[in-house]
Amino acid sequence: MWKIRLTAALILALGVGFGWLVYDGQVNGTRPFRLGLDLSGGTQLVYRADLSAISEGDANESMAALRDTIERRVNLFGVSEPIVQTQHGGTFAGDPQERLIVELPGITDTQKAIELIGQTPVLEFRMLRSDQPIPATGISIDNVNEVFEMAAITGKHLASAQLQFDQSLGARPNDPVVALNFNSEGADIFAELTRNNVGKYFGIFLDGVPISIPVIREAIPGGTAVISGGFDANEAKELARNLNYGALPVPIELIGTQTVSGTLGAEAVERGITATLWGILAVVLFMIFWYRLPGIVAFLALSFYIVVILALFQWIPVTLTAAGIAAFILSVGMAVDANVLIFERMKEELRGGKDTADSIRDGFARAWLSIRDSNISSMITAIILFWFGTSLIKGFALVFGLGVLVSMLSSITISRTLLLALGVDAKSGILHFFFGSGIRN
Amino acid sequence: MIIVRYRNTFFAITGAIVFAALLSVAVFGLHLGTDFTGGALIQATYENGRPAPETLSQYLDTAGFSGYSLREANENDYILRAANLTSEQRGNLADTLSVGGESPAVINQLTEVGPVVGEELRNKAVIALALVLIAILFFIAFAFRKVSEPVSSWIYGLIALVTLGHDVLIPVGFYAVLGFFTGAQVDTLFITAVLTVLGYSVHDTIVVFDRVRENLRINQERGRREDFTEVAGRSLNQTLVRSVNTSLTTAMALTALFLLGPASTRDFSLTLLVGIIAGTYSSIFLATPLLVAVERWRAK
Repeated sequence: MWKIRLTAALILALGVGFGWLVYDGQVNGTRPFRLGLDLSGGTQLVYRADLSAISEGDANESMAALRDTIERRVNLFGVSEPIVQTQHGGTFAGDPQERLIVELPGITDTQKAIELIGQTPVLEFRMLRSDQPIPATGISIDNVNEVFEMAAITGKHLASAQLQFDQSLGARPNDPVVALNFNSEGADIFAELTRNNVGKYFGIFLDGVPISIPVIREAIPGGTAVISGGFDANEAKELARNLNYGALPVPIELIGTQTVSGTLGAEAVERGITATLWGILAVVLFMIFWYRLPGIVAFLALSFYIVVILALFQWIPVTLTAAGIAAFILSVGMAVDANVLIFERMKEELRGGKDTADSIRDGFARAWLSIRDSNISSMITAIILFWFGTSLIKGFALVFGLGVLVSMLSSITISRTLLLALGVDAKSGILHFFFGSGIRN
Repeated sequence: MIIVRYRNTFFAITGAIVFAALLSVAVFGLHLGTDFTGGALIQATYENGRPAPETLSQYLDTAGFSGYSLREANENDYILRAANLTSEQRGNLADTLSVGGESPAVINQLTEVGPVVGEELRNKAVIALALVLIAILFFIAFAFRKVSEPVSSWIYGLIALVTLGHDVLIPVGFYAVLGFFTGAQVDTLFITAVLTVLGYSVHDTIVVFDRVRENLRINQERGRREDFTEVAGRSLNQTLVRSVNTSLTTAMALTALFLLGPASTRDFSLTLLVGIIAGTYSSIFLATPLLVAVERWRAK
């Protein structure tokens, strides 16, 4: 008996410990809850990367370069905790595409956010195919992939850019140009490319438009190329600055936005917390009213479940959305389901003539199968929803799945230990009432 | 047991409810939301009172919006659904909605979904629905794998499926009515609600059926003869309280979410609530009575 009571005391202490950790993590900001954009306010932009000119093997690398560049650019503008990630999508619409998802917390002007990203230049290098005439610079080409082929060097090999004034022969004196300095890998690629393609035309494309198409006269070993596009000094300066922040190796196209204002987000958080508290209160009051002493045990088990799941939210960490909060409230309602099944079964065993401890043990053992089954079907839903999900639904599915799992464990282990630890005889005097339930006994 | 004895009355009631749900879908229809169709969804708040819809429409027309729909929401909000925005429309959105500065608007929410994303989500929703149904079908087959007399195992499974159909039809029918009155559209959250109901409500039915089989087994072991109707009725009686209580706690939590929770999950919680109530109703008033009816019919 003392053993089970010790375990019970340990469980309660553990629960208090978890509760303190959650409180500490939030208040001291060491492990705060992570809020999704719909709660914190902010903008999400979804882009499709145009990889049509890139060979399949280079796709992953290009996407990684794309992500790094955008991330650098976003950080530069002082957005706190931005998330930039790549995603493979569109398969289920018969149009597989690589996507870039940019989340900007705190930025609630969609157009401004788009412009922030949009200033990132797309820098591409292409070789003119040998049978093609030299196209005009400064205007976009419709069938660009027929006229040009991609060069081995791309925008991701760019190390820096700077404004210079053209000193070469035949140029108008002091024409502003932009010098591109490649990184060491890029310098090697560029040297080999120029060595092998002497006499061919090399196209430098900015945002899809050919800016200059110089002829390669000789191998260039130094890792430097020059864009001379008839800019004025200011344009060249701005271009050099933008290129220094990073250039995208492939073009991107905006395919979705989502913006939630900070006030709406804050209101959702506030209402979410209120609803959670009242939901918990209603469930707890009902359990105590209906199941009395075991109801109080269910309340303790539920409290344990809540602190554990909140701790998990902080540690994993789970990005909480409004749908996630809904899933949490739903899981609170479902967490006591196992207790209901157990207590009902326990009462049957008591009525069948068993003593209290045996009734508790058998009640748990017999209810276990149906608890397990009911949770399996909910887990199935959670897993499929997670797969189905947009970020919104993923938030729901993750919280729901975690909730089902943790609540099942807490209700069968915690409730059982606590009930046994009470060590009382349900059939004696007043306790008969406390182990009864409902309106009649 | 009243419910089993007067099962035909309850079949009639259930039939009427299902018919009403189907009718509501047929009459009001289900309208796909921006998530699935692609397009823009804008929620604007007017702190100093919203302009007349005609005035706002004028400004929207001038800004090149076409085929849009405007709906009043909350006290001071408008919900605008439109095709995907051009960058100019997006940049001037706050000005356009403020009808020339007369009623300053705050854009609380702006969602734009490209056509491919919409189509993808639509297809994925169908696949998710099919996957959940198949998974639950397997789950039911697993739960009822042990054959028992006098009703064979697959009939339990089949009835559980029929019950499940009922549990989904009711919230869907309800949502069609809700859509008619509040403009609620079928979005990813609605699909989530339906899938959650599927996973949750199958369980109540299984609890009752489990008890029926347990009682049948005990009778067999003790050599007791009892009419199947009696066994079913007794089982239903024994599990009634837990069926109701498990749903009641969940329903309480959802009610709190509906009444007090964030606006974005209000329709969602209401749909779940209706689904869970329907699930409890069907496990009591439809599943077991159907089981008895099938047994009676086969006994003839």
